[in-house]
Amino acid sequence: MTGSSALPLFAPVSDPGPSFAGLLRLVAPHLLAAPGAGGTPLAHVPHGTTVVAVRFAEGVVMAGDRRATAGLTIASRRMEKVFPADDSSGVAIAGAAGPAVELVRLFQVQIEHYEKVQGESLSLEGRANQLGQLVRANLPAAMQGLAVVPLFAGYDRSRNTGRVFSYDVTGGRYEEIEFQAQGSGSVHARNWIKAGWRDELSSDETVALVLTALFAAADEDAGTGGPDLVRRIFPTVAIIDADGYRALDEDDIAERSRSLLDGAERGGGAR
Amino acid sequence: MSMPFYVSPEQVMKDRADYARKGIARGRSLVALECEPGILLVAHNPSRTLNKISEIYDRIAFAAVGLYSEYQLLRIAGVRHADMKGYSYSREDVNARELANAYSQTLHQIFTHEMKPYEVELLIAQVGDEGASELYRVLYDGVVVDEHDYSVLGGQAEEITAALADAYRPGLPLRDAARLGATVLGGDDGPLPSDQLEVAVLDRSRPRRCFRRIRAEELTELLA
Repeated sequence: MTGSSALPLFAPVSDPGPSFAGLLRLVAPHLLAAPGAGGTPLAHVPHGTTVVAVRFAEGVVMAGDRRATAGLTIASRRMEKVFPADDSSGVAIAGAAGPAVELVRLFQVQIEHYEKVQGESLSLEGRANQLGQLVRANLPAAMQGLAVVPLFAGYDRSRNTGRVFSYDVTGGRYEEIEFQAQGSGSVHARNWIKAGWRDELSSDETVALVLTALFAAADEDAGTGGPDLVRRIFPTVAIIDADGYRALDEDDIAERSRSLLDGAERGGGAR
Repeated sequence: MSMPFYVSPEQVMKDRADYARKGIARGRSLVALECEPGILLVAHNPSRTLNKISEIYDRIAFAAVGLYSEYQLLRIAGVRHADMKGYSYSREDVNARELANAYSQTLHQIFTHEMKPYEVELLIAQVGDEGASELYRVLYDGVVVDEHDYSVLGGQAEEITAALADAYRPGLPLRDAARLGATVLGGDDGPLPSDQLEVAVLDRSRPRRCFRRIRAEELTELLA
């Protein structure tokens, strides 16, 4: 905060417009991500691991495991990596946990701020580009080992379809036709999804596919957490369709995970 | 060389206040009513797109009468102030009282220091639990008035306040509150039709963002 109780008023030439990040840059730059300080990259900062976004006939499913790791240590067993961006889109994060969560918070305010200032909401494409710009602004921190690579997905009301976007550390934005995964276990998750994906999947089938894909990733990748039946920790799953964003509640996910684990063994072997 | 005439400070302030008041009195009026779902805001505004009522934050709405360009500037400043505060502290730390104070400071500064005072009157409304809603009216010179049950802004404020004093009851359902708003704004000519009204509600039952516009079809149905 600027510390002053006066309202932020600007002359027309210096007005930041509907951009909240632009406003912070002008009046409270200390609230934005710190520029890279140089020196040795930071090691052993908590990192989030595997997230996926999969398009299906009526929308998109986003999901993430719950583990954060710092080096070889488990930093958190209950980290949330899938967040609503607004009522019709979501963002999932992989990479340095601290900057990633802060990036999501800034992104959420950025699109709500735009909507309130302009009186209309941003298009899905506009939101996807905004996220790319925020990731690009994080590049100096990425050079210090604090890379953040999100997935963005939402329901495009002008085209009546779900859409998935992925990003690289430079803010490069890529639209995916079917699905994408990000984070340390992403190769395994992506391969599993690739084998099971069909054009006409229902939302329940898609949720089952992403849960098994995350299970496969946890099976192969030390950084990815599998379902924890002892502590009752399960992946986070959200469905985004014409009705908007809704996160599945924990009991529902627990139930779906259990029925998957009771089914045919996933890549196991002798018992 | 001509000498400037002496004008007493009292006269300067009075002239400025008269100027602002005249500008505000030319505009159409607006009412806010505490009602069963929260706070209903009803403005006499035939425009579909140039709003007098809008969202500031989760539980806070802004409404204004007067000069569009000036209250638009203040509305955006309020959104910026609230979003910055919520981002740097937490969403629950943003409140209407503090925002009304910020508006008061700004309008006072403009009234005493600028060439021309702002011709605006603002309302900052915050919905809370039953009986804990807040209504702050901020005048062109920065004076803040803390109001309860209802608040009236604009040219016909006196007549409308008198009408509300008779007709207002606490805990009105949304439909009755909307009809009451249309009736008092219409005055002697009868209730205003839906195409002359801009209506929004701060509905405390909504999950986070309580502000919701009540648009053409729903409004027509509500007033029918």
